Amino acid sequence: MSTHLPVLQVVVPLLAAPVCALIRNARAAAVIAVLASWATLAIALSLLGDVMSAGVISYALGDWVPPIGIEYRVDIVNAWVLVIVSTIASAVAPYMITSVEDEVERRRIPLFYAAYLLCLCGLLGITVTGDVFNVFVFLEISSLSAYALIAMGTRRRALTAAFRYLVMGSVGATFIVIGIGLLYVMTGSLNMADLAVLLPEVWDSRTVKVAYGFLGVGFCLKLALFPLHLWLPNAYAFAPSAVTAFMASTATKVAVYMLLRFFLTIFGAPFSFGVMALDRVLLPLALVAIVSMSLVAIFQVDVKRLLAYSSVAQIGYMVLGLSFASVTGLTATLLHLFNHALMKGALFMAMGCVVYRIGSVHIDAMAGLGKRMPWTMAAFVLGGLSLVGVPLTVGFVSKWFLILGALERGWWPVAVIVLLASVLALVYVWRVVEAAYFRPYEGDEGVGVEAPWRLLVPTWALVGANLYFGINAVRTAQVAERAAEVLMTGVGP
Amino acid sequence: MLGLSLAVPVVGAGLILLLRRNPNAREAASLVTAGALFAIVLRVYAAVSEGGRPSLVLAEPIPGLPLALEAEPLGVLFALIASFLWIVTTMYSIGYMRGHHEKNQTRFYLFFAFAIASVMGVAFAGNLFTLFVFYEVLSLTTFPLVTHAGTEKAKRAGRVYLGILFTTSIALQLLAIVWTYAITGTLDFQDGGILNGEAAGAVVPILLGLYVFGIGKAAVMPFHRWLPAAMVAPTPVSALLHAVAVVKAGVFAVLKVTVYVFGIDFLGAEGASVWLMWVAAATIILGSLVAFTKDNLKARLAYSTVSQLSYVVLGAMLANSWGVIGSGMHIAMHAFGKITLFFCAGAIMVAAHKSEVSQLGGLGRRMPVTFAAFFIGTLSIVGLPPTGGSWSKWFLGVGSLEAGQVGLVAVLMVSSLLSLAYLMEIPLKGFFGKADGQAGGHGGHADHGSADAHDDHGHAPAILRWSMAAIVTTSVACVILFVYPEPFYRLMSMVAGP
Repeated sequence: MSTHLPVLQVVVPLLAAPVCALIRNARAAAVIAVLASWATLAIALSLLGDVMSAGVISYALGDWVPPIGIEYRVDIVNAWVLVIVSTIASAVAPYMITSVEDEVERRRIPLFYAAYLLCLCGLLGITVTGDVFNVFVFLEISSLSAYALIAMGTRRRALTAAFRYLVMGSVGATFIVIGIGLLYVMTGSLNMADLAVLLPEVWDSRTVKVAYGFLGVGFCLKLALFPLHLWLPNAYAFAPSAVTAFMASTATKVAVYMLLRFFLTIFGAPFSFGVMALDRVLLPLALVAIVSMSLVAIFQVDVKRLLAYSSVAQIGYMVLGLSFASVTGLTATLLHLFNHALMKGALFMAMGCVVYRIGSVHIDAMAGLGKRMPWTMAAFVLGGLSLVGVPLTVGFVSKWFLILGALERGWWPVAVIVLLASVLALVYVWRVVEAAYFRPYEGDEGVGVEAPWRLLVPTWALVGANLYFGINAVRTAQVAERAAEVLMTGVGP
Repeated sequence: MLGLSLAVPVVGAGLILLLRRNPNAREAASLVTAGALFAIVLRVYAAVSEGGRPSLVLAEPIPGLPLALEAEPLGVLFALIASFLWIVTTMYSIGYMRGHHEKNQTRFYLFFAFAIASVMGVAFAGNLFTLFVFYEVLSLTTFPLVTHAGTEKAKRAGRVYLGILFTTSIALQLLAIVWTYAITGTLDFQDGGILNGEAAGAVVPILLGLYVFGIGKAAVMPFHRWLPAAMVAPTPVSALLHAVAVVKAGVFAVLKVTVYVFGIDFLGAEGASVWLMWVAAATIILGSLVAFTKDNLKARLAYSTVSQLSYVVLGAMLANSWGVIGSGMHIAMHAFGKITLFFCAGAIMVAAHKSEVSQLGGLGRRMPVTFAAFFIGTLSIVGLPPTGGSWSKWFLGVGSLEAGQVGLVAVLMVSSLLSLAYLMEIPLKGFFGKADGQAGGHGGHADHGSADAHDDHGHAPAILRWSMAAIVTTSVACVILFVYPEPFYRLMSMVAGP
């Protein structure tokens, strides 16, 4: 059984999805979705444990030997990302039960869970596979289901937001498949480990460089790197709350993983940093993303949009770590994948609680909620502090490594910009805090009461994780550092 | 013991919350906690003065960066002052908060206790990271105290307060800390400094500047605006937090960084701190000049604090043993002097409803004890015998001469004269000035004030007796410290023996 764990990681949600669609019962579908999500977490944790102790796991799908057949290849890097995705799924799935009942049309709920499970399956598939075409297949699975999930938002504008995402996402996916095709033309292989061996021979060819460019643009669209982020704010703002919490903490993270996997494992760090100057391309984009998007976030009045812009800024941090082209920088990137998932998950879930009770997350509608919904707003405050990077929260840990990476390169202006951006984050978090705690409540008496525990427990589980991994980051930092070393040194034996 | 010093105030906070229905029990819990904390700090003092360095690791958030406590002489000095003055301030608060009919008193005592716990964390921090953590926690826990009144003005002040303190600490101080870590690979406080021999050239003055400005609580200009803004808080908060705990946490951090991160020998040899000496000197003079222009009593005291804090910074920047000793002594002496002045300002506000200096004429004849205490506090701030303040001024002067900076001695003298002028105006006006006719104040509280204003002390409501006891304690302490500065001097010479 345990030898099949890599494929089970994908098969469990893939099989659960049609069951949900066929069962046509909202409650039963919810239970299946929760159980499937928890199962993926158990599998991911056990994979991470195996990889930490025993090294790379290679699984030949259908016993077709790679590079002919599809290989699922788990090393410490994707085991880590699997844990991130499935952790968030495990926290969001129980939250969905209550939140989705409120926000999605009842007859569509089983289909909603089917789409959610397909999305989860796609994200896990992208991560676990060792075959580049397989990446594209899973990318399409996760994207198509994501468009459907976003379109189920309560407001009509969710449809345009989903359509816009669909257009941009398809352009991105097309770029990626063109890049993969060019690689195949040059090497005759689709297996990642195989490609990594074959590619250095054809480094000089223009086709490889063009493939690199197509892939780069495609990934940056998917991970919403400034200025290719335009699809993200509306998609996050108008999707159902639970979907926003799930997507914001997983989809972009997996896209960052794809970028790292293709550019560092397949092309290799020497090619990316030496020949293509990836670091010098990404550094200015990341810095502009961090500063400009934090500034834009300050002026948002819809708190979900505010957090969405903050996400674009935070993606800047992850890309910034990559642009340092060092183990410390990559450690920061990989840590921030996890840490940002925890904080944004918690924040969007807290906003979901607010939507559940008062139906809006306009900053004026949140006035006085500090007293009316103390647990929800306390979760928001703690998540917000983590976003700012206050010590003893996870946000501080990733910021620490990021600044350390910048100073290692001697780039102290970068360190200053990162720190000033934290102050900007403080400003936009503070605007919400001030509305919630310092302004009187203006809504109806019966409406703004504390959210039900079914929403609060999953939210606080993530808040707790924010604090726990902020106070004790030894393990997470260890895993991230080892993963960063794997990425920098290329494919292992 | 170190763990207890953090745990006791937190447990005290829990008790305060439990006893919120019964104000007398709640205040008793506050007092008992304060007393217990002081007893614990005394035991730490005993251990440290015998050469011990008790330490404790709380957690390890990032590999190689533990959240750790370690007691060393400088920290003990700060902890002693803060915990002792917490007892006194609690006594004072009982009188003031009730006499002034403040709302939300439980929240007040609760966050006061949390703030003291974070001060203990700052005092006993074993490395820069821990110091930074508790420094930030202190900003957060004092925020509800600053905005206590809940008015629009208080909220605005709160925004300035957190804005400046967070911005400087995140943008400058944290940068300096990570930079230090990138250079040395450690953040532990060590005798002789961790940067000694690791860094050289232009990095050192820049890094030191990042620390001095990044520690916004030290209120070095131009990052001093938060301190006058914070004066909207109730007077006990201004007294303990903004004359002792918060601002002293700032200058304490500066001193600690100077001594244990850079090392004074290293700084002296590099000459890296000279430019900051003059920044501090400018703050000293400008702070005094601004204080002159303020008619509001608390605002005048706030700018006086801005000026006086830079004495401590100056002493640290002198980078020799006399400077550091003077600096540490000034943390203690200014604490006792300034808290006395704030206590008096609060008593005047509660008993006579006066907050402006120009209204104080003749009030001293009705409130002789308060104004006498104010006189003693003034002497200590100015640095005249027979008060403790004269010692720290003396050592700072010696340190300036040893650093070869005669100009700084002149700055010290001029600023002493300035502070003499703007502070002495108050007791002089009180005792010899003309009353402005309508004694007993005005407005809604007028009859209440005058009805209570003539019982046994001749000038204050009965509940203010607690406050009067506090005022007498700290002003007497100012005098005692002139005769017996020994404990503080000994601790400081353990830090930087001449």
